[in-house]
Formats: sequence, structure tokens, C-alpha cells
Amino acid sequence: MFDFVVASLADGVLLGFVYGIAAMGLSLIWGVMDVINLAHGSIMALGMFGVYLTFNGLGMNPYLALVLVAGAGLLLGLIIYVVAVHRVIDAPHLSTLLATFSVDMILLGIGTAIFTTSPRNVDFTMGSISAGPITLPWTRIAAALGAVLVAALLYLFLYRTRAGKAIRAVANNRAAAELMGIPSARVLALSFGLGTMLAAIAGGLISTFFPFTILAGGAYQLRSFVIGVLGGMGNPLGALVGGLILGALEGIIPAFMETSWVPVVEFILFVIILLVRPAGLLRSKT
Amino acid sequence: MKPWRRPGIWLILALTIAVSVWPLLAGNKPYAREVAFTMLKAMALASSLNLLLGYTGYVSFGHIVFFGLGGYVGFYLISVHRLPLYVAVLAGALSAALLAFLLGKAILRLRGAYFALATIGVNEAVRSFIKNFEPFGGPTGMTLNFRIYDSYGGANQALWITYASIAVLTVIILLVSFWVKTSRFGLGLMAIRENEDAAEVMGVVAPSAKTWAYVLSAAFPGMIGVLFFFKNGNIEPGDAFVLHQSIESIVMVMLGGQGTVLGPLFGAAAYQRLRGFLLVSPLFKNIQLTVAGVLLLVIVLFVPAGVIGWLRHRFPRLRRVLE
Repeated sequence: MFDFVVASLADGVLLGFVYGIAAMGLSLIWGVMDVINLAHGSIMALGMFGVYLTFNGLGMNPYLALVLVAGAGLLLGLIIYVVAVHRVIDAPHLSTLLATFSVDMILLGIGTAIFTTSPRNVDFTMGSISAGPITLPWTRIAAALGAVLVAALLYLFLYRTRAGKAIRAVANNRAAAELMGIPSARVLALSFGLGTMLAAIAGGLISTFFPFTILAGGAYQLRSFVIGVLGGMGNPLGALVGGLILGALEGIIPAFMETSWVPVVEFILFVIILLVRPAGLLRSKT
Repeated sequence: MKPWRRPGIWLILALTIAVSVWPLLAGNKPYAREVAFTMLKAMALASSLNLLLGYTGYVSFGHIVFFGLGGYVGFYLISVHRLPLYVAVLAGALSAALLAFLLGKAILRLRGAYFALATIGVNEAVRSFIKNFEPFGGPTGMTLNFRIYDSYGGANQALWITYASIAVLTVIILLVSFWVKTSRFGLGLMAIRENEDAAEVMGVVAPSAKTWAYVLSAAFPGMIGVLFFFKNGNIEPGDAFVLHQSIESIVMVMLGGQGTVLGPLFGAAAYQRLRGFLLVSPLFKNIQLTVAGVLLLVIVLFVPAGVIGWLRHRFPRLRRVLE
């Protein structure tokens, strides 16, 4: 029993880092422009297929492919912002929710037409490492390390560069930032791009150890909501912590009840946190 | 002015009755009945969502939870306890209304996107709970014993009874929607939509008004759920709590015009027709989701008031007719 908990906890926590990256993207977009990106899941799915195609088609190392996927994710986010989000950025929430949802439909429609909904997987292994009761595949460890690296880079970008400072300024008060001469439209586009880039990276990392379909993003998107709320929407670093909490929960719960109860606990927790502390367990700040 | 003296209500009733009666006149009656059932279901769901979304301005993304829960409760009573359909429909309405009442006390405090997120969370929580709930059949759901249809005079008769019920229900929902729009209660809701704080200052008791709007807009999907799953003969968690269907209802309300009685009706009809066309057309069959997405994006970006809202704005004279 104890061994099982330890093993499953380690598994969950490593996965939690990757969840955290996905939620960071969602949380960044929410924090900067008050938009909930409902296309988050489909972009994660596209990230998975990005790695799949470069690995199977070009024989490229998945981790190298992630760099390409990240670039494509950034570009896609910029396009989505300009086409779908910019016009309704000041409209009520319903408009931005529906605008990003229509992007989700468009991406899923194209994705389903090209890739069908049959399951795929990236057949890539690096062996595994054992320590006591714990046996971890290296792909999981690499994904967690990759997630930490991405989070660190995002932190440096937000807090040590001029563009990052501009993003934080716009998140804090867009009108004031504009008065200071910050081109807010460009900053918003960049933030959206960064958010989708994180989603694509997270999807790419997941594809190295789980099978997936073009529709797989939905479940991860829901998890990102839960994590975002856990960590405080609009607090990207809180999202990483939230991801770890959720990963740990997913590791621990199966030790006490059927695995199928995991989502029940997750979503009840989600609603309760929204009610009790809508600002998140870790206070929201950007 | 008395409600029945307004031309708008007659237009709405005429449209609904035209859709309801159409299968009786069509050549292939069972096929036409199924098409009309789907259309009426969409109209009824969109109109009941409009009570909350359009009049009160709260975006419920997981509204399908009431459809699923009501459907499950009613189905359970019919298949396990052998209760008649109308009792099950009432039970479906009551259970959905009760859930909305309890939730309303809690999550209606949240505003804007937080409320939308919470409704998604509620839908997922209920769905994953029912997947584990053995009395309701767990992940495989429940199937109706075919003999139950005998007490309705055979399966064919039962399907027509269900059809007539949903037609009547749709008319009732539209009358309620019309009543809410023209009543003092509805005026309070619209004040909340425009500015909740100002409405409270003006004497609208926002928490209770919002809760009742939520309860009202939840009870009807509960009833529709019972009828729909009774007609289908089986129910599964995967069919009952489809988040996508929730969002389709929002699209219908947006397409027609939120906050109008006619809008959701028109939006539902137009969306269903378009979907039917896309699904069978050889050109768009594979990318029907994409086409629907592009259409939605165009509406959201350029016609946020919806078709009826746009017409009302553009031609003020039509306002008397297009309620």
C-alpha cells in the first residue's frame, strides 16, 4: 500500500509539472487580458500532433521538435489574437468566451478532417529509472525538467526583460500602461501568443508518454481550469504550484478509491475553491 | 397593454405551432417527427437558457447539466419504479430546479467569467459523479425495458405522445419567456444585466431575482431531458452531460439575439437547418465544425446583438412585432 502511494505520487507530481505549464498559459492570458481561452485544449492537441508529425515524418528528436512546436504555437496565438480576440477584447466576457470557442471549433474541425479521431502515439522511449518502489520512465522526468525550464524562462522573461515588464504593466492597468506609451495591442498579442505557446509545449510534452487523439485537449483544458483556479487565475507561477497539487491529488486519490472518482473530487474541489476563494489558494497577482 | 393584444406573441406562437404541426402533414411521418423533435428541443433549450443568459446576463456554460440531471432522475423513475411519464417529467423539473436553487445560492455570487467557469465545473462534477453512481447504472447508464411502452399503447404511440409533450412544453416555455420579458420580475433581471450594483440601489433584490431566474431556466431543460431520453430509450453519462451541447445552445441564443423572445427561436431553427445542411453536403461534411466555427466568429465579431437584435436596431418599426 505504502509503496503504491509513493510510486503513484511520484508519477502524479511529475505529470503535475506538465499540467502546470498548460495552466500557466491559460492563467497568463487571463491575467493580462481577462480572457478565458477556450481554444486552449485544441492548441494542446495541435502541439501533440506537431511532435507526432516531426517525429514520425522527419525522425526528429521529440525534444528538438518541441522548439519548433513552441515557435508554431507562438505564431498561431498571434494570429488568433489578431483575427478573433482583438475586436472583442473590451466587450463583455460572453463575447471573448465565444470568440475563443469558435476558434476551438475551427481548429478541431480542421484537425479532425486531416488527422481523423483515431488515437496516435509518439513511439519514443528512453528507458526508465528505479529507486525502491518507484519506477519512472525517463520521458516523464524529461518532461518535468522541460516544464521547469520553460517556467523559469517565462519567469525571467516576465521579470527581467523590457517586454516582460510591459506585459506586467498592461496586466496591472491597461489604460495607465497606454498612457506611458506602451503599445498595448502588441503587448496583448504577445501575451496571447505566449499563452498558446505554453499550451503547445505542454501538449508536445504529454505526447511523449501518453497516447492521444485530436480531441484529447478537452480533458487537459478542463484540468487547466481547475489548476488555474487553484493557483489563482492570472498568476502564472501559482499555476505551476496548482499543477503540482493537482498532479499529487491524481497520484494519491487512486490509493483510496476507484480511479473513476478522481474527476469527481477534482471538480468538486474546483467549485468549492471558486466559491470560497475565487482569487485562488495563492492570492492572484501579476 | 394586455399581452395577447401584442402582435409579437402571436408571431411566436404561430412559428412554434407551424414547426410542431409540420410532421403531421409531411410524407414520411416518423422521419419528419424526429427532425421536428430535434428542432423543438433546440428551441426549448435555447429559450430556457435565454431566461438566464439573455435577460439576466449571466453566462451559464454548463447549462446542459440540468438537461442531463432531469433526464436521469426521470428516466430512473420510469424504468425502475414504473412511474408514468408525466410524473417523471415533473420530477425532472423539480430535481433540476432544486439543483439550480442550491447552486444559485452559492455560485450566482460569482460574476462574469468566474460564473461561467463554475458552471462548467458543476457540469463536469455531476457527470463524473453519475458515472460512478451505481443506482443510475454507472458508466454504462440505463436502458428502458421495451414493455414499458405498452402502457402508452405501443412504442409508436409513445413516441407521438413524447412528441406532443415537447411541442406543448416549447409553447409553454415561450409563453413564460414572453411573460418574464414583459413583467416586473423581468425588468428587474434586465436591470441586473445592465448594472447589478445600480439595480440593487434601485431596489431590485438581486440575489433572489437571480436565483429565481436560474431556477426557472433550469426547470425546463430538466423536463426536456426526461422527454428526450424517454424517446431514446437509453441514457448514458456521455450523452447526458455534453458540454458541447451547452455551448451550441449559447450559439443559438447569440445567433438569434439574446434578450429577445423570438431570437432563441429563430437562432435554434437557423442553426439546426444549417447543421443539417452541412452534415449532408459533400463539400462541407468533413469540416462542418470549422464552418460552424467561422459562422460563430463572424456573429460574435460583427453582429453581437444577433439577427433579431440587429433587425430591431436597424428597423425600429419592427420592434412591435419582433419581441
